[in-house]
Amino acid sequence: MSQWTATPILEAPVASGAKDQTMVLNMGPQHPSTHGVLRLVLEIDGEIVERLYPEIGYLHTGIEKTCEAKFYHQVVPLTDRIDYLSPMHNNLCYCLAVEKLLELPIPEKAEWMRVLLSELTRLNSHLVWLGTHAMDIGALTVFLYTFREREEILRIFEYVAGQRMMTSYIRIGGLALEPPVDFFDRVQGFIRTFPEKIDEYSNLLTGNPIFMNRLQNVGHLSAEDAIALGVTGPPLRASGVDFDLRRDMPYSGYEKFQFQVPVSQRCDVWGRYEVRLQEMRESTKIIQQALDGMPEGAIKADAPKIVLPDREKMKTQMESLIHHFKIVTEGFTVPAGEVYQGIESSRGQMGYYVVSDGTAKPYRVHMRNPSFASLQALETMCRGRMLADVVAVIGSIDVVLGEIDR
Amino acid sequence: MSTTLHGKDAVLAEMGQHPALAALVAGMPEALADARWDREEMTLTIAPAEIVRAAEAMKQAGYNFLEDVTAVDWFPALEPRFQVSYHLLSHVRKERIRLRVMLSGEKPAVRTITDVWPSANYYEREVFDLFGIHFEGHPNLRRILMPDDWTGHPLRKDYPVEGYR
Repeated sequence: MSQWTATPILEAPVASGAKDQTMVLNMGPQHPSTHGVLRLVLEIDGEIVERLYPEIGYLHTGIEKTCEAKFYHQVVPLTDRIDYLSPMHNNLCYCLAVEKLLELPIPEKAEWMRVLLSELTRLNSHLVWLGTHAMDIGALTVFLYTFREREEILRIFEYVAGQRMMTSYIRIGGLALEPPVDFFDRVQGFIRTFPEKIDEYSNLLTGNPIFMNRLQNVGHLSAEDAIALGVTGPPLRASGVDFDLRRDMPYSGYEKFQFQVPVSQRCDVWGRYEVRLQEMRESTKIIQQALDGMPEGAIKADAPKIVLPDREKMKTQMESLIHHFKIVTEGFTVPAGEVYQGIESSRGQMGYYVVSDGTAKPYRVHMRNPSFASLQALETMCRGRMLADVVAVIGSIDVVLGEIDR
Repeated sequence: MSTTLHGKDAVLAEMGQHPALAALVAGMPEALADARWDREEMTLTIAPAEIVRAAEAMKQAGYNFLEDVTAVDWFPALEPRFQVSYHLLSHVRKERIRLRVMLSGEKPAVRTITDVWPSANYYEREVFDLFGIHFEGHPNLRRILMPDDWTGHPLRKDYPVEGYR
C-alpha cells in the first residue's frame, strides 16, 4: 500500500510560515488534561500556539468492523463502549436506526422511558464534564461535588439495568426489562434535590474570578466556523446557532416534551460552560415531565420474531421458547436498505448509519460521533492563544476519546 | 409501511419539488445518476466527477451542514465496489439528504469536498484510512485511526475481521 505515502506528522504543510524560534511540543497521550488518550502536537512560539495537530487513534478497537460480524442485537453492547459517558445515547441511536430499517413501531412507555434515561445520561455526562473541566482549570473541589451526584445516577442505572456504565438497557424493539417498582420514586428523589445541586456548582464557579478569567474570551469560535468545521451540540449553541435535534428533528417522542434550548452568543469557553449548565436544568425538567406523564403499558414492541420474550414466558410457553432460541442462535433478518439516524447526545449530534443487505447481520454500521468532528475545530480555537488556554478549550468541547477512536 | 420509490424517474415524477432534487435538475441534470426515496430518506447518486459541484449546489439549496462522510464496500457483489455516502443536514429545513458516489475497486478515487466544507477533512481521512479510497486534492490525506505504517484497509470486505495473522 505504498501508492499513497503519508506525510510525516511534523513535515505537514506549515500554515503560518516556519519561524526559527518556534519549538514543537508533544502533549499527551498521557497528559491528564487531555481526557483520555488524545495526543496534541503543538508548534509554539514562546507560550503562543502557532499550530496544533491532534493525533488520534490510540483507542481504536475497530468497533465498526466488529459490528459487521455480529447479529443485530449483539451490536447493542458494543455501542455502550463507544461513548462510555453516555451509553444510553449510543444504545438509543443504534436501536432507533435498526427500528427505522425494520419499520417497527415502539410502545409509548418504552419511548418515554428512553427519553427519561437519555436525559439522565445527559446529566451523567455533563457532571463528568463539569468536574473534569473545572479540575483542569484548577478548581479541584467541584469534581468531588459532581461525582457525588453522578454516583447516584450510576446507582439508578445499576438498579434499572444491572450495570453502572455499560448499560445495554435500550434494545431493538423497546427496553431490556421492566423497570423495578420503585425506580420512578428513586429518580424522583434524585430530581427533587438536583436543581439545588446545580446552584451549588454554579455558586462555586460562576462568580469565581479565576475561573472567569480562564474561560471568558478564550477559544473563540464563530458560528460560520462552527458550521464549517462540523461542530455540533453545546459548542455550536454557544456560538449562537439555535439548533437542537431534540426540538428541531424530534425522535423517540421528544415532541411531547416542553423544554428550552439554551443558546449563547458569546462564542467562547464561558459560553459553552453556561450552555451546558443551563442544559442540565432543562434536562431536569424533561425528566420531571417524563415521570409525571409516564404512560402505562408494554415496554417491548409486539414483534416476537425480533424482540426477546420475557424470561417467564420463555420458560412456560413453547412458542416463546422457540422464538427465543431462534433469535439467539440465528438473529433476525432486516429488510435491505440504508438509514441514517441522528440524535442529540451529550456532546452533540450523534448519528448511526446502518446498511442492511437483507441478512441477519448488519452489512455496515457507521457512527458519526460529535467529538470526532468537534476536534477539528481545536486548532481554530487555539491558534494565537496561550498554551494554557489549550487545556480550557479541550475541556470546553468535552471530548471522549472512546467515541473519537471507536 | 412507508412509500419506497426506486429509480430516478419514479422519484422525479413523485417528488420533483424536493429542493435538493429541484436544484440538481435545474443546475446540473447530468450529475444525477440515480435517486431513491426509502424509509423517509432521500438518496441521490451523483456521477463521481461531479461531486464537488453537486455539493456546492446542495449548499446553495440550503443543506448547509455536512454531518458525515463514510463508505460502504459492496465487494464482491457489486462493481463499482465502493459507495461513498455524504450526509447533509439543513438547519433551516430541518431535514437530511444523502449523496452518494459509486467508485470502482481499481484505485478508487474521488475529488475531495474539503473546499466546500472544511469538516470533510477528518471524515475523508477516516474513509481513506479504513477503505483506501483516495480523495484528490485533500490537504492532508494521512491515516487517522490506524498507525501510519499499517498495511491494508480494515473496513474492506476482503480484510478479515480478526486481521491478518
